[in-house]
Amino acid sequence: MAKTNPAVEKKLVGLADLVIEAAARKKDPSIAIPVRSLSNVSFNEKKGFIEMGKNKQLRTFFNVGMAKKFMQTMLVADALNELQKGDLTTSLREIYYRTKHTIGDSHENTFDDQAESDPVIEDLEVGLAALREEFHVRAENAGTIVGPVVFEDDGDRVDCAKLGKGGYSVPSIVEDEYLQIKKCTADFVLLIEKGTQWNRLSEDKFWRKYNCILLTGNGQPPRGVRRLARRLHEEKKLPVYVLVDNDPWGYYIYSVVKQGSINLAFESQRMAIPAARFVGLSSADPESYDLPRNVGIKLNDKDIARAKELMNYPWFQKKHWQVEIKRMLGSGLKFELDALANKDFQYLTKQYLPRKLKEKDWLD
Amino acid sequence: MATKTTEKKAPRGKSADEMGKLQREISVSEFFTKNRHLLGFDNPRKALLTAVKEAVDNALDASEEAGLLPDIAVKLEAVTSDGHPAPVLSQATRFRVTVVDHGPGIVRDQIPKIFAKLLYGSKFHRLRMSRGQQGIGISAAGMYGQLTTGKPVKIISRTGEKQPAHYFEVQIDTKKNEPLVLEKKQIEWERHRGTQVTIELEGKYQKGRASVDEYMELSAISNPHANFTYDSPDGETKVYSRTIHELPEPPKEIKPHPYGIELGMMLKMLQDTKSHWLSGFLSTDFSRVSGPAAEEICKAAGLNPRKRPRDVVGAEAEKLFKALQAAKLMAPPTNCLSPIGERAILAGLYKQIKGEFYTAVTRPPAVYRGNPFVIEAGLAFGKAPEQAHLAAAPKLPLAEGETHDEGDDELASVIRFANRVPLVYQQSACATFKAVLDTTWRNYGVTQSRGAPPAGPMAIFVHMASVWVPFTSESKEAIADYDEIRKEITLALRECGRRLGVFLKRRERAHLENKRRNIFELYIEEVVAACKRLKGGKLAEAKLKSQLTEIAKKITGGQKTDELLDKKAGPHGLPDSIIVTAEGVEGELPADAPPAPEPAPAPAAEAPAPEPAPRPMAPKKPKAKTKAKPAKAQKPQPKKKGKR
Repeated sequence: MAKTNPAVEKKLVGLADLVIEAAARKKDPSIAIPVRSLSNVSFNEKKGFIEMGKNKQLRTFFNVGMAKKFMQTMLVADALNELQKGDLTTSLREIYYRTKHTIGDSHENTFDDQAESDPVIEDLEVGLAALREEFHVRAENAGTIVGPVVFEDDGDRVDCAKLGKGGYSVPSIVEDEYLQIKKCTADFVLLIEKGTQWNRLSEDKFWRKYNCILLTGNGQPPRGVRRLARRLHEEKKLPVYVLVDNDPWGYYIYSVVKQGSINLAFESQRMAIPAARFVGLSSADPESYDLPRNVGIKLNDKDIARAKELMNYPWFQKKHWQVEIKRMLGSGLKFELDALANKDFQYLTKQYLPRKLKEKDWLD
Repeated sequence: MATKTTEKKAPRGKSADEMGKLQREISVSEFFTKNRHLLGFDNPRKALLTAVKEAVDNALDASEEAGLLPDIAVKLEAVTSDGHPAPVLSQATRFRVTVVDHGPGIVRDQIPKIFAKLLYGSKFHRLRMSRGQQGIGISAAGMYGQLTTGKPVKIISRTGEKQPAHYFEVQIDTKKNEPLVLEKKQIEWERHRGTQVTIELEGKYQKGRASVDEYMELSAISNPHANFTYDSPDGETKVYSRTIHELPEPPKEIKPHPYGIELGMMLKMLQDTKSHWLSGFLSTDFSRVSGPAAEEICKAAGLNPRKRPRDVVGAEAEKLFKALQAAKLMAPPTNCLSPIGERAILAGLYKQIKGEFYTAVTRPPAVYRGNPFVIEAGLAFGKAPEQAHLAAAPKLPLAEGETHDEGDDELASVIRFANRVPLVYQQSACATFKAVLDTTWRNYGVTQSRGAPPAGPMAIFVHMASVWVPFTSESKEAIADYDEIRKEITLALRECGRRLGVFLKRRERAHLENKRRNIFELYIEEVVAACKRLKGGKLAEAKLKSQLTEIAKKITGGQKTDELLDKKAGPHGLPDSIIVTAEGVEGELPADAPPAPEPAPAPAAEAPAPEPAPRPMAPKKPKAKTKAKPAKAQKPQPKKKGKR
């Protein structure tokens, strides 16, 4: 089922060699792990996405603060190697359970909860320059797709135009070895933040009328959804439009799709879609679409702080983005996509999106 | 109003004459019959405790004043109205309280008045430190018994071997506040001297907080020079034996200090004095007023020093009072106080509370409103080594969300005393409790939430000794919050906290070193096992393990760590403290404390108990093989001579 990658296995076993060699030379074994924080990413304006810097942190064994982390890293590496050998895929949670046990005759557990094991997996991804999919670790299937596209999944033909209004559940691993795009006649991809609006568009067969692919990730889109959008964009040359709530979190979702995220900056080069466009909701929409003020929600302190943070990110420095965010802050309100229902249940399908697309009213 | 009434033919109100017929004197006893909560008899459970407390207070005061080491037996029995034992203890509503002491006894003529007249006693009119203050307590307890059960108070008292023992049954005439003697006779008594008082009253017995059991335990802490025997109603006998074999220094009686009196009080003194001259009155009836100072005060008040005190009234008296308050005088003498003392507090805490660390602080005397007082504080921290060991033993593997110290989130208990009497009610109204809350315990390595006492297995001891403890009510449950008092309590608590902090830091360091060593040992196993699996089983396991262990040793400091782990290394510079570890006990132990769990005579032998002289207890003699430990751990001696 999973495709074993000898290179990955070699990298994992390399960790054991590292310990053995260090021990033989009476040295403290240590693993270099790139730092995953805002301080160690930079925005590559030419490529249009976030790149990881060169800062690395040494994780050494014989340091009271790091000893446990080091031990945990070795345990996770061992579990990942077991997946490689067994040709299996698994979830983050199962990795946690697989590696959890009580140490020796103490009453200390190797891991107390999953919040300890998840970052270790990310550390190994960055540290060994391997992808989570290559480690055979999958996330929940949290995305859905519908539209004129045909996949082949485990030998099954999946025609996303013939799956009713429910659509096809996007697997977390969508690399070519697992999922092939057999046919695609769509003109563009519409990535929608919320499942409710995706349902509305799917029910109204919006995709048929406008010949597009509807994709949602139910909030912050998971890797599978982002990667699939990127593949459709790259392989089928489809433009990608993003439809999110008008609040700082919606802006950030768009920026993650477009430029990549800070935490997974090392994945940007295969995830980011620098040409993605922001169709809405824009802070200008309430006025242009005549949304009453009373369907807005007052920005809370967290929203305001987050918005100001966004304005400082290098990838939000374009003038129209500064204007966009400032306008939201100025109005003191945020708007949900759902608020469009105030005018009509089908306002999104029949009025809002058609006009947006016609007027090419989007931000880049 | 007046016009209105005249208009009506038949006024509804009463005339002054009619009202006058209804107006009459209220006796103290009638007043307290209706207001029994003022004396601590608000509910049956509290009433039982108050009765025991009043009787024990009197017994202790009498024994000490007579120069005898107190030996007191308390017996509680549940009874039914016909005198038989009650069937079920938890249902029992009637109790017989018997308190016997080996004190000096009471002369025959005084017995009825002491036990059946409110506000009769020896302690009210003098300024001297004692448990009782007003002469209400025991007679109020008797009166409460009489009200709820109709039974008289029974007393046996004998003043010496050659004297006969007298048996009395007395009641109080609540209208007149006078004793009614129901029966008196000479009887045979096995004791040579002492007093036994028996009160039957309505009550409720329940163990736990603010119970008689707790009260007895606390009394044993604050009176380590006393022997207590306690027969609880469920048939258990507890003996709290004496750990200090000398009586506390008997407190001296003092004259009032000018700063502490009020105008009315001074007026009364002016009338009652035996002095013929005003200056003489000032210098003999007050403390700290010398002859020249008295002249000075008279001059300031514009009064003739030769004036007869009785003639000083009205505006003149007020001038005199102001001059007295403005005069520059020494603080009142403090030999009227008898603090428990650090050594005795330690002995009491060590005996009654199982823990790992004990410390005690006696502050220098201070003054509030002209009354001298001393604050003492102490701490008992931790679990008994046996218990601590149990807690550390491996349990079941932990599931997600569980932690090791579950159930360990108890808060510190505050045990409060005033003139050696435990205070068990109204904790939150008490200055001591407020001071505990105000102290920033986090500075000393203990966690504390806002507005709560510190968390942890800890008992905080606070004692106030004074000629006049300012209680918030007559039932003597909480100490009033005077700034001067609060400040002293806070300073004492801080010193205790500092010492606790030193102890905790030291323990933490040893613990950490141990853990450091341990975690590497444990993790090496895991890492080696993971490596072996990664290498597909092809690995020289033993070799890798020994190599890694070698590196670990080098990094954790090897030999040096072993020395650090040795808890005995180096003095710890904590005065007036006891530290209990699994290996034994460090610090000065009370003379007949039970031997340490393991035969560890070393600490006791190296620090022989000092002569009876209670202080100063110099820091422990540095041992021969003193470790070159920095003086950091050596806290400055807290004892400051004289006033701050």
